[in-house]
Amino acid sequence: MSFVKLSASALAIAAVSATAAAARDQVQVAGSSTVLPYASIVAEAFGENFDFPTPVVESGGSSAGLKRFCEGVGENTIDVANASRQIREKEIKACADNGVTDIIEVQIGYDGIVFASDINGNSFEFTPEDWYKALSAQVVVDGQLVANPNKTWADVNPEFPAQPIAAFIPGTKHGTREVFEDKVILAGCEHLGDFDVYLAAAEGDSDKAKKKAAEKACIALRTDGVSVDIDGDYTETLARIDSNKDGIGVFGLAFYENNTDKLQVATMSGIVPSTESIASGEYPVSRPLFFYVKKAHIGVIPGLKEYAEFFVADEIAGPDGPLAEYGLVSDPELVKVQEAVANETVLGGGS
Amino acid sequence: MTDTSQTPSAAPAAKPKGGSLFEKDARTKRRNAAEGRFKLYGIAAIGIGLLMLVVLVTNIVTAGTGAFQQSFLELNVELKEDKLDKKGNRNIDDIKKVSTFGYAPLIASALEAEVAQLGIQTELLPKEMGKILSKAAQAELRNYVIANPDEIGKTVSFRFLVNSRVDGYMKGRVTRDSIANDKSISVEQLDFVDQLRDAGVLYKAFNPDFIFGSDASDQRPEAAGIGVSMLGSLFMMFVVLVLALPIGVAASIYLEEFAPQNRLTDIIEVNISNLAAVPSIVFGILGLAVFINYMHLPTSAPLVGGLVLTLMTLPTIIISTRASLKAVPPSIRDAALGVGASKMQSVFHHVLPLAAPGILTGTIIGLAQALGETAPLLLIGMVGFIASNPPDGLVAGFLSPNSAMPAQIYEWSKRADPAFYERAWGGIIILLIFLVTMNTIAVILRRRFERRW
Repeated sequence: MSFVKLSASALAIAAVSATAAAARDQVQVAGSSTVLPYASIVAEAFGENFDFPTPVVESGGSSAGLKRFCEGVGENTIDVANASRQIREKEIKACADNGVTDIIEVQIGYDGIVFASDINGNSFEFTPEDWYKALSAQVVVDGQLVANPNKTWADVNPEFPAQPIAAFIPGTKHGTREVFEDKVILAGCEHLGDFDVYLAAAEGDSDKAKKKAAEKACIALRTDGVSVDIDGDYTETLARIDSNKDGIGVFGLAFYENNTDKLQVATMSGIVPSTESIASGEYPVSRPLFFYVKKAHIGVIPGLKEYAEFFVADEIAGPDGPLAEYGLVSDPELVKVQEAVANETVLGGGS
Repeated sequence: MTDTSQTPSAAPAAKPKGGSLFEKDARTKRRNAAEGRFKLYGIAAIGIGLLMLVVLVTNIVTAGTGAFQQSFLELNVELKEDKLDKKGNRNIDDIKKVSTFGYAPLIASALEAEVAQLGIQTELLPKEMGKILSKAAQAELRNYVIANPDEIGKTVSFRFLVNSRVDGYMKGRVTRDSIANDKSISVEQLDFVDQLRDAGVLYKAFNPDFIFGSDASDQRPEAAGIGVSMLGSLFMMFVVLVLALPIGVAASIYLEEFAPQNRLTDIIEVNISNLAAVPSIVFGILGLAVFINYMHLPTSAPLVGGLVLTLMTLPTIIISTRASLKAVPPSIRDAALGVGASKMQSVFHHVLPLAAPGILTGTIIGLAQALGETAPLLLIGMVGFIASNPPDGLVAGFLSPNSAMPAQIYEWSKRADPAFYERAWGGIIILLIFLVTMNTIAVILRRRFERRW
């Protein structure tokens, strides 16, 4: 009977799978979708130039990647987590609880965050204050906190055209959102002096709690549909701008540089974003990118250390390497990073 | 309105019954008109459906056909010994020390030589000329040299891929206006491309690597192919077929032919129908929890993908198998039992063969559904930059990380370079060809072998 045979082969497969977890010979990476393009470029070149198989790179976001990273030690867990922000204390603790104690932190460079709109629309020269005024839930008018009344960009800054405000910003699961809040909204809030008004109105037991509450109030964004959270990728933001020509979106520099035929980029505080202006620190909205390596896996998973070293090598992450060509701003202190990787320096001084 | 206007004329029509059938009275006319209208609605509904289909297909075909063609540049490369094998002893380990980056100057100087030979005038530096080629060219050259170390020192003719922007220019996607702010290509380079095209060394051709090749990183969309993820899909479908068909058929035969009719079987039946309606992402979460976290199967493996999709396909197969078993008339069973067959003999010798076409149809449709599924694969790590190595063997095919066709398409659609967008549509064409073929086979099986009573 043919299906007896089929069931037999099914059992055989199950038996094979039982022995499956035995040996893994490729590096497994997961995490931030911002780091994914860079990691895939490195993985591809690594597979071509070394005798190790090409590492596997999954995306899913910084937090999800670090969560998987901290699940434990063993071939069944990932070796490297990509992140577009630094690992948090909470995550280091979660890692330690699961036995992941020695974590090597590698900073690969910087990534710029740009504001771009439709190529045929109006061009803008923003300051963080403009974005704060456009998107904050409440603004200060005559010393009083009122719900944000601004409808067009002309309301925000008389120099701007009377174009309705429509912002497509990264959703809260993205590491980019944190940078946007810190370096744009909060900066604008503090610069305008609205921060002090929030501070005065803030409730809390200590000065620290009050400050925290004020910061939180600063970055509270309006919820009347003017600012739209995009939980997907930049391609979704681009599609939204395609269908709403008044829209202004938040993108990574590399994404913008691949789509210059559809997007025009806005300046921030008078600086045009480029790898040069970000490297020099003139362009204010940028953030470091990281990956984290499980030290316990070095020597167990073949090629793991080689991969980490190859990632930060001059020919890859240097200013003339393929990563910089794709849009990564090379770390000026790359030599230190290379040393740290070579010495397997772990977080927290080897605790 | 029509009712009131017809009242007077209705009076003569109410003559004795048995008027001529050829004379249509008002009521018949009204009924006929209603039927005509209904036919019209039906045709309109089909028309709307067809229109949508035509729009969808033209959209896919226009956006996706570009992916099957790629621009190539023919180039004679001198494999210089002083660059590739400084010691000159053809030791493979020494040759391997030259990384792909070391091959870039070789290609640039080969291009320079070719330009001089063709008599092309350009002010570009050799390095800028080299940038019109794909980064995959260096890897291709290195692989060739490592495979044929004896060729070092000779001049070999290659057909290299060109960079995605140049390819976009050849396909009309990129124009001189659209690259105004683009840093990766300049107008001078496009002029240079024009000259090469006129000289006949740069041309568009069918690109088999798109169908059979592996995924490529964000920097070289021109080299990406769907072949490896296609293999991943095939391995998964094999797992689904081998597990879901026997389990599904056994379950439905038992439920339909042997199981007693009681509360318990009712509950099972209701739950199978419910399972068929469960969103597929739920199966992904289940797969992650059971197969990966508990059973410690490898992540990103087609085996796990296949197991998850098996869970998803089972209800479909069970429901269709039970329907086709039910369609076999009881007289067949009674006749078999009447001549002394056991219950099992009557089922396996008489009922099952008659139900087989229906079962196979259900299975193929279930497989086609599983083939197009992406959501559960997200959770078991099959989406990302994964399909970069073709599996080296049967066991590796099940266990080494791989992606699947729909997951690869999803991944491409997220990437920044517009060239990947074209490839996503091209991938959709290939996936659709698979689905249409499978569904056609299902229809043919049903037409050829199905018996009606």
